[in-house]
Amino acid sequence: MPADLRSRLGQLELPNPVLAAAGCAGAGRELAHFMDVARVGAIISKSIMTEPRTGNPAPRLAETPSGLLNSVGLQGPGIDAFLQRDLPWLLSHGARVIVSVAGQTIREYGALAARLSDAAGVSAVEVNLSCPNAEETGRPFALDPGTAGQVVAAVRGGLKPDIPVFAKLSADVTDIVAVARACVTAGADGLSLINVLLGMAIDPGTALPALAGTYGGLSGPAIRPVAVRCIWQVREAFPDVPIIGTGGVRSGRDALELMLAGASVIGVGTELVHDPSACSRVLRELEEELAVIGADRAADVIGQAHGAHGAHGAHGAYGAYGAHGAYGRLTRGATRWG
Amino acid sequence: MAPVQVRATVLTVRRVDAYHAITLVAPAVAAKFRPGQFITLAVGGQETSMLGRRAFTVHDVRPDHGGTVEFVFEARGPGTRWLASLHARDVLDVVGPLGRPFPVPRDPSRCLLVGVGYGSAPLFALAARLRVRACSVDFLIGGASADRVFGALTARRTGRSATVATSDGSLGARGTVSEMLEQVIREARTEVIYASAPVPDLRAITALAARYDVPVQASVDVAMACGTGVCMGCVLPVTGTDGITRIVRSCVDGPVFRGDLVRWDDMGTIPFDALGAPGWKPLPAQERPTGSASTHAESRHAG
Repeated sequence: MPADLRSRLGQLELPNPVLAAAGCAGAGRELAHFMDVARVGAIISKSIMTEPRTGNPAPRLAETPSGLLNSVGLQGPGIDAFLQRDLPWLLSHGARVIVSVAGQTIREYGALAARLSDAAGVSAVEVNLSCPNAEETGRPFALDPGTAGQVVAAVRGGLKPDIPVFAKLSADVTDIVAVARACVTAGADGLSLINVLLGMAIDPGTALPALAGTYGGLSGPAIRPVAVRCIWQVREAFPDVPIIGTGGVRSGRDALELMLAGASVIGVGTELVHDPSACSRVLRELEEELAVIGADRAADVIGQAHGAHGAHGAHGAYGAYGAHGAYGRLTRGATRWG
Repeated sequence: MAPVQVRATVLTVRRVDAYHAITLVAPAVAAKFRPGQFITLAVGGQETSMLGRRAFTVHDVRPDHGGTVEFVFEARGPGTRWLASLHARDVLDVVGPLGRPFPVPRDPSRCLLVGVGYGSAPLFALAARLRVRACSVDFLIGGASADRVFGALTARRTGRSATVATSDGSLGARGTVSEMLEQVIREARTEVIYASAPVPDLRAITALAARYDVPVQASVDVAMACGTGVCMGCVLPVTGTDGITRIVRSCVDGPVFRGDLVRWDDMGTIPFDALGAPGWKPLPAQERPTGSASTHAESRHAG
């Protein structure tokens, strides 16, 4: 029997745990030729700001090993156009929409939340904390627990209590658990991790930075081990806080890895650039992976890797896989690399 | 026409002078194709470390094997070198047809098709379509050297006239297509230009054509990673028919643009007056444009 894929993010119920990650599904319409937006667990919008924004000059993208480096610079239509055009389109096509917001000031985040609070059909809000703080010389909010918490509090305060808030954290910090703690304390209902890592590429042919914006955000499978580590650490510290896991998911097996680390649901991001139907493929592959390990419910695998860690001993302590689960038989390191 | 994503079998891989041409069996793509549109391919195989798709304008579609699609490229990086190493019966992940095709004139017109390097590839399918519409077709194609002129023979065989220019003089006249353009416009009494070339050539072609009041439909060759509009990588500043400049995506708003609407001098920049540029002031709410007004709209000849 196929596993039950229904997923919960706190109060939010989703039909399955495979989401389209922020910034990689456009306004949703771009991918409608290649996937049914209603069948994705949820669509996380591209980060919305108050005003229309051109973003950075080209070149904006560079290909790096198993990664993409981007400095798009939050190009977007602004909240008015999003609410008039993009959100209604998504809702009319049956999508569940998590709206990502980005601001240049704490006040802007709060004002965006207030606008979304009045809009019908917003399943949740994801707070993109990696935006430069205009009031602190462009230092991203996500780098400091104090400012990250203030942003989350502003969003939480501007939003109806029944719309959950997820704080999207950056892994470019010394202690991601400290930032997670500040966000949870400030009222975040859940966490989303990780965002891109700051990177840079230089074209040896021109001796110039490959991107017009000099630095860019690195995404794709290259950063997946960082995502797994961050999800693991935050799950260890806050086992009851739901996590949207993003970072280099390409396959159902990758999705399972992030869920085992502690993600309740996962976002497919950069892989949507490479494969526009990736969400439905990853979901199908995840179902196959769940069947292989004998899990009855997708929810049963969440955080299961923690069972093998430290004093908890064997997986059996969590009982997710039963007597016939493959994990019951395998010992870590017992298999050869393929 | 809606694009599709298919697994397509390679029919042939052949060398065409400095370039390569691959023909794929892709009936669903071929059926929907219109000249000027492009396809994207995943490169490097199943576990590839190359995440960007590679985009190519379609050279030709044919009815054989239910429908084939051919594209022409230069092997100049790991992705395109991988493509050049493919063999018949290999299978590729293909998405297409993508992008806005060349608009064709409502009335019979004298059309000049200008191509540089492998940029000439999409012009021959366009020429066939134009002839069906009773348009005359003149060609002006060029490249750095004879082996970098694509389709000179076809141009000579099928064009009302065909002018070839190479920078080193190894084929046709010595010079660039821009240097030959005015002479050809005068002799052919050109009414509309279709151009597919690197950006510096498109900029020169558009400027010269303006002197003769000849509209240009330009197919822009900028790097793309997704081809579907999600990655926002292939942007350029283009003025809409409403007079507002936007940073638009070549893959979904192009790759064919009205030449006079592209801000060629501002490529690679964010013009200060572009919608949403730093310091840009929004209009009052009731006047605020929310859509992306057409950047591709009808010209007098090409609608």
